[in-house]
Amino acid sequence: MLQVFPDVKGRFGDFGGKYVPETLMGPLQELEEELTKAMGDPDFVQEYHNVLKEYAGRPTSLSFADQMTEHLGGAKIYLKREDLNHTGAHKMNNAIGQGLLAKRMGKKKIIAETGAGQHGVASATVAAKFGLECQVYMGEEDIRRQELNVFRMKLLGAKVIPVSSGNGTLKDATNEAIRYWVANCEDHFYLIGSVVGPHPYPKMVRDFQRVIGDESKQQFLEVETNMPDRIYACVGGGSNAMGMFYPFLEGSPELIGVEAAGKGIDTPEHAATLTKGNPGVIHGSLTYLMQDENGQITEPYSISAGLDYPGIGPEHAHLFQTKRVRYESITDQEALDALKLLTEQEGIIPAIESAHALAQAFKEAGEMSSDQTILINLSGRGDKDMSTLMEHFQEEK
Amino acid sequence: MLTKTSFQGKLTKTDDLFIPFIVAGDPSPELTIEFALRLQEAGADVLELGIPYSDPLADGPTIQRAAKRALKNDMSLTKAIKLVPQLRRAGVEIPVVIFTYFNPVLQLGYQRFFELLDENGAEGVLIPDLPYEESEEIRKLAADRNVEFISLVAPNSDTRIKQIAEDAKGFLYCVSTLGVTGERNDMSADVLTFIKKVKEHSSVPVAVGFGISTNQHVKLVREHADGVIIGSKIIRLIEDKLEELENGAEAEALDRFYQEVHELVK
Repeated sequence: MLQVFPDVKGRFGDFGGKYVPETLMGPLQELEEELTKAMGDPDFVQEYHNVLKEYAGRPTSLSFADQMTEHLGGAKIYLKREDLNHTGAHKMNNAIGQGLLAKRMGKKKIIAETGAGQHGVASATVAAKFGLECQVYMGEEDIRRQELNVFRMKLLGAKVIPVSSGNGTLKDATNEAIRYWVANCEDHFYLIGSVVGPHPYPKMVRDFQRVIGDESKQQFLEVETNMPDRIYACVGGGSNAMGMFYPFLEGSPELIGVEAAGKGIDTPEHAATLTKGNPGVIHGSLTYLMQDENGQITEPYSISAGLDYPGIGPEHAHLFQTKRVRYESITDQEALDALKLLTEQEGIIPAIESAHALAQAFKEAGEMSSDQTILINLSGRGDKDMSTLMEHFQEEK
Repeated sequence: MLTKTSFQGKLTKTDDLFIPFIVAGDPSPELTIEFALRLQEAGADVLELGIPYSDPLADGPTIQRAAKRALKNDMSLTKAIKLVPQLRRAGVEIPVVIFTYFNPVLQLGYQRFFELLDENGAEGVLIPDLPYEESEEIRKLAADRNVEFISLVAPNSDTRIKQIAEDAKGFLYCVSTLGVTGERNDMSADVLTFIKKVKEHSSVPVAVGFGISTNQHVKLVREHADGVIIGSKIIRLIEDKLEELENGAEAEALDRFYQEVHELVK
């Protein structure tokens, strides 16, 4: 039996906790209490599942990738299709959960941060649906890379606030969102988009995302006799991976988290937090992060705006330390190659984030036997990445 | 080796304290010493020496800019602590509190951090993202080394105020308002009620910070609290003189800084 994490202090083994300015301790305590009450209230849980079903379109499919399987000639490849979720990514599961919680707590305004824009779009969507005001912090570089998602957020009625500090990416957007929350914590709900941040966020986001793994378990047994041999998911902050892995932690599948190696882990341009980082505090939580010898947080890089985060969820740090999950890293080029391959073989254009998981799985599938199975979490669709892809593939021509 | 004196022993008074904040290395390590001297002349009772950090969650734009300038000068936690004996040699006698975010301390290692504070004669430490619940080990190490671990309370600390205030060392830092550091035009009347509540439980001087930007603010806070902490306003007074400092008008800039600080806290 696995020990239950997080513990009362919000720790996953050595990681997690609450490293925040004193001003946020009260709001976090309030959130913790309200979350516990809500998750213990069958009406709240039922409402969450109803909205997932009727509004977000769950359960998402489990697709057998027959062409890919034939192409690679090894293990049978299955895809969990989070790209079919409303707004095109797994982010919606968590946004619905936290949106309902905000409403239950009587908060009328939500703040969110976003990298690739998927969490911003999901937050703006639930804000529209639940009648909440929404402002989304987004780095200027990400605004440039994700023009389409910025437009979607605005169309949904959200205010997008550009952040110019640092590299103008997710880390900086998160800093600004937290600073705004410190000043406005009395009437704002901070809707964090990944399994990061101070307790109880990593636990809360995991619990709202575990629907991915729960569904997968059930769906897999309908088509196969055993659980998958290996399960792959990409990891930035790590919410799609945590949602997929969590229900399988006590089971037999080998779990593989895939980080962004950017231009290579031996270059300074990557976002491979576990592979190359070390323990430290970022955005309110003790976890692995990319930093220099003086403890200054360094700027990550990935072609994917959703993966260039210098930290990682504290539960992943724990799973890495205890070796329950194997973490690998995939370069920009390997991810783009996998994206192209899946698109051509299966008619599915994945998000660049998800393509990292695909690339690692494709590397390994061919070496496995045909009676083995693998499951890849396809965390989102590639529509948002079109301009990046056009730039890249046109250059290749 | 410098003679280490305890924080309280070095405080010449327990009320009407003026506690300025500057960032080590902003705009240069040498000028940090000069600004500290002028602050002492202007009546500073304690110096908060800020460690520049890449991701300061409790700070507004002014302090973020100062941190950025200092990081460009390659300032670090270790270098800043080693600046303390230089401050002493230059004539700074008031207690020095190292103000740092938690991650640089974690990277340096708790033991090494306190060894360095001890060896270099820093009297206190303040870590804004290390709340009471996470600070047990650090508080113990601080006590063992005779370094004061300064605690913070916020207007929404509510039921936590009693415990934090009762365990406070050195002085208790009252955050005047919800929000990050930065100059503000008005001070809320609620601050006064909050200060009163904190003082009921505190056995050390209660000093108020965040947003104190004018002589009126200083006077108002003085009526109710034991001290004022001024950061962003002082940083901006330094920032205003960057051009002069670069153009060799150092003496004039430092004189004017002294005058402005004097006006602010008189």
